[in-house]
Amino acid sequence: MTDPYSLTVNGTDHQVVDAWLGESLLYVLRERLGLPGSKAGCEQGECGSCSVIVDGSLECACLILAAAAVGCDITTVEGLQPGRGDFTTVQEAFIAEGAVQCGFCTPGLVVALTDLLARVPHPSDLEVREAISGNLCRCTGYGRILAAAQAAAKAASDE
Amino acid sequence: MKEFGYERPAHPTDALAMIAGVAGARFLGGGTNLVDLMKLGVETPAVLIDVTALPYDFVTDDADGGLRVGSGTRNSDLAAHLAVRRRYPALAQAVLAGASGQLRNMATVGGNLLQRTRCPYFQDVTKPCNKRVPDSGCPARDGEHHNLAILGGSDLCIATNPSDMAVALAAFDAVVFVEEPAGPRAVPIADFYRLPADEPQRETTLEPGALITAVALPALPWAANSRYRKARERASYSFAIGSVAVALDVADGMVRDVRIALGAVAPIPWRAYRAEQSLRGQPATEVAFREAADAELEWAQPLRDNRYKVPLVRNLMVRTLIELVQAS
Ligand SMILES: Cc1cc2nc3c(=O)[nH]c(=O)nc-3n(C[C@H](O)[C@H](O)[C@H](O)COP(=O)(O)OP(=O)(O)OC[C@H]3O[C@@H](n4cnc5c(N)ncnc54)[C@H](O)[C@@H]3O)c2cc1C
Ligand code: SF4
Repeated sequence: MTDPYSLTVNGTDHQVVDAWLGESLLYVLRERLGLPGSKAGCEQGECGSCSVIVDGSLECACLILAAAAVGCDITTVEGLQPGRGDFTTVQEAFIAEGAVQCGFCTPGLVVALTDLLARVPHPSDLEVREAISGNLCRCTGYGRILAAAQAAAKAASDE
Repeated sequence: MKEFGYERPAHPTDALAMIAGVAGARFLGGGTNLVDLMKLGVETPAVLIDVTALPYDFVTDDADGGLRVGSGTRNSDLAAHLAVRRRYPALAQAVLAGASGQLRNMATVGGNLLQRTRCPYFQDVTKPCNKRVPDSGCPARDGEHHNLAILGGSDLCIATNPSDMAVALAAFDAVVFVEEPAGPRAVPIADFYRLPADEPQRETTLEPGALITAVALPALPWAANSRYRKARERASYSFAIGSVAVALDVADGMVRDVRIALGAVAPIPWRAYRAEQSLRGQPATEVAFREAADAELEWAQPLRDNRYKVPLVRNLMVRTLIELVQAS
């Protein structure tokens, strides 16, 4: 067991007690902090379903040791959503474009695209493809997701 | 995963004291390779010494006109750095061609240099593997080896080094700065990695407990005319099945100087010295490029399922050289 430590997630400090060091940030988010939005897919950095934003940088929570994230500012998909039932521009675009099928990869994609649009407000299709190449989706064939990315970019610039 | 300890020193002297003090202690960079291998049971460190709080996150100009990159620099920051993109474009391209945005944001330069092979048997603790367990055997030679070495392998191991970044560093004659128990040392990249020979478990010439602090890119004005090309099984986010980093200095249609390094064909980033030698002073023509590529690949020893790499890297070399002539 490690000493209790504190993680800053979505602007709130959370105490983590009785954890052991081998726990990934993904595990602690899901199993200890009640934040199951980040998905446990491959748990090897390949599928991107656990994408979170750590100190402004898009990363895979499955390969981060939770104890190494102490002092970092962590944003999960739950933290993008201002209030329950109140969707972000990217989430609205996913719904409007039908970019969700089984939904497992959706939270990771929403986080990755939110990160992209914050850096590149008007990405080309190629930039979107490259930006989400680390997020695997086995249902949609990506077409609807690319459309959602462009719709979200447009909606954000219209706002 | 086995129990382990965790430390995050802020000073290099503390990091070195910690690694010297505990058997089985290991440095942790971005964790994208080490944490993965711990989950698989391939790595079982007693203590992780996180090096990301050390003052090694920098890219600065060296007095001689070269560039110095701290070992803690994230791969994404290295690829985005303006001086790297302008002066050593093949390096920026190589890093960008690796992994995904998420992983490049996490991975460090030091960790990238020391990432382990993707040989499927090495990653599977239920299988024998001379690299993981010396003298246990190498099932790859008769088994799954489609992405393993055609150059530089030994009877004991034919694993390939998977790093894209290291291929560009090899082409640019980078120098790796390390702190070892005996003191600091500057290791030219050509002496950094070692071929498996009869000790495939030893992949570098570093002493145990060595801390990588920085990588220097020596001044090379014509490195601005360089390119990295990577062939893979899909258009993005996949390890190379063959790659080249090439820099070309051409004047009046003649090759004044050239650097060529190959990836995914050998246990180390493979500097194509024979190809380079055959090109210096020659006309910059496709015929000469083909001869140069053949001069290197004549030495290839492909196996049943990796023969495709010979024409693949030959074509990568020739196409990239032609592109660089056109860009000159
Ligand atoms: C899904 C996936 C796809 C990938 N695709 C590619 C690809 O296409 N091309 C490619 O090149 N790579 C690829 N990678 C590998 C990736 O580039 C490496 O995992 C990464 O560069 C390692 O850096 P790190 O900082 O995370 O290292 P870590 O995992 O932290 O460490 C790796 C090794 O380096 C040692 N180490 C770290 N820092 C230091 C230091 N300062 N001094 C001494 N030792 C140190 C550690 O002890 C460990 O042995 C991929 C990885 C994954 C998971
Ligand atoms: S090629 Fe090397 S790493 Fe792969 S199984 Fe053989 S000894 Fe192990």
